[in-house]
Amino acid sequence: MLRVVAPGALCSVQDLGRPGYQRFGVPVSGAMDAVACIIANRLVGNPPGAACLEITLGGTALEVVSPCVIAVTGGDLGATLNGRPLPTWASVFVRPGQRITFEGRRMGGRAYLALAGGVDVPLVLGSRSTYLPGRFGGLDGRPLQMDDLIRSTTPAGDPLRLAGRLWPSPVDYRPLIRVLPLPTSIGSSERLVSGLTAQPWRVGATSNRIGLRLEGARLPVEQPSDLASFGVFPGVIQLPPDGQPILLMADAQPTGGYPVIAVAIQADLHRAGQLLPGDEVCFSLVTQEEAIAAWRALRMQLDSPIADDEGIALAAAAQG
Amino acid sequence: MGEAALLIECLLDDVAVANAHALALSARLPADWHPLPAIRSVLIRFDPLRDAQDEVLAHVRRALVTVTPDAVPAGRQVVVPVRYGGEDGPDLEDAARQLGLTPDELIAQHTAQPWRVLMIGFAPGFPYIGPLPASLHLPRRATPRAAVPAGSVAIAAGMTGIYPARLPGGWHLIGRTPLALFDPMRDSPALLRPGDHVQFIAAA
Repeated sequence: MLRVVAPGALCSVQDLGRPGYQRFGVPVSGAMDAVACIIANRLVGNPPGAACLEITLGGTALEVVSPCVIAVTGGDLGATLNGRPLPTWASVFVRPGQRITFEGRRMGGRAYLALAGGVDVPLVLGSRSTYLPGRFGGLDGRPLQMDDLIRSTTPAGDPLRLAGRLWPSPVDYRPLIRVLPLPTSIGSSERLVSGLTAQPWRVGATSNRIGLRLEGARLPVEQPSDLASFGVFPGVIQLPPDGQPILLMADAQPTGGYPVIAVAIQADLHRAGQLLPGDEVCFSLVTQEEAIAAWRALRMQLDSPIADDEGIALAAAAQG
Repeated sequence: MGEAALLIECLLDDVAVANAHALALSARLPADWHPLPAIRSVLIRFDPLRDAQDEVLAHVRRALVTVTPDAVPAGRQVVVPVRYGGEDGPDLEDAARQLGLTPDELIAQHTAQPWRVLMIGFAPGFPYIGPLPASLHLPRRATPRAAVPAGSVAIAAGMTGIYPARLPGGWHLIGRTPLALFDPMRDSPALLRPGDHVQFIAAA
């Protein structure tokens, strides 16, 4: 069990979201970087879709209340354990009184902390993810706040044997998102797709878990007449009338009526999930075959065997 | 739409007929693909490593053969009581004036027959209901409101909708219902489902 000493910029409970409820108007939600969430869970012996903490930007501090095994993955937010660097992409045994802090971002924007057993909050519509605008899921539908207790369900295995496991292959977080074009009937065109891929974009200040607002040279909106709302999903790039694209993310509404110009390939969504306002991002066009090959490669990487590293377990134990 | 989704659009002009096709097709597709019916389309999502896209397409084509507008799954009949006008429907008089109707005539038309839930979207549980006859067609308000009260019944874009929660909104508010449109703790979280028939009635 952990206690929130400082919530930081934004910290919420997330898993892999609630697919299947979009026809009721419910967003998918879930981890912005599902890859990091899955790996953190694997490291502590959880199923891939167990609930984790999604820590944004930094400033978060947690106190260990009872012994547990944790793993921190995703963006490098300067994680420390009692003031010394916490091994990341690894499972670590932590003991009461120790303090885990995220001092600030060095690479990426979101870190994921998995607890052996998974964060214990109620399932809402099949998921433990927090949907902040709808105020449901996670811990009472809200971001974590000071003195919240983060409980885990009982881990399946012996916690001590879960510590000291190391993720073997680094995840690619280059701010380059590969995209596929969309049909002209819903607003795409060769001109718009080449406009999207021709320049780097800046992630705008109002970007959040719903979408990344991309700032750059205005794209010419070619609004098809009478566009009835249709289903959209994380990765779809909308073009509102101001010509500044929006890359839809985890909490996006499941339908939209804006023209759409391209869609991020599934294998690159986790890269988008690490972006915060002020970051730069580029887009490149790929083929359907390349998109599927990239997805296959990522899925294989997620199935990598996990290495045991006694050194990490010992180093963490020595810090106690 | 990308390597892991398909958007099947119905190109028929008539919204009611196009939507009936979308709902009928949606009901015939495997639940694994999470078919999402919208006004005139169905979105499906699949894992390209498990289902090759041409196999998904072939499955959709086979399903389409059996789809006709009268093959829409029978929706439920839901009565929605509405307090029209006043504080509950601050745009009733203005909307009626723009349509060349009296407020009572607008209410009479809105309650004249059941309308179909075409899709749920925009926010959890928000139903797009219609299509309304041309005599009730209004564009969205020039300036959207920052916050519309939960339960507000509104018209715009040839449809009528109900705000399930306090939300920003650009539709014309003609009344308000006490019904809870969305509750995440219910098994079926939205009061209404695509294909349901909504009969508005004027409540005192």
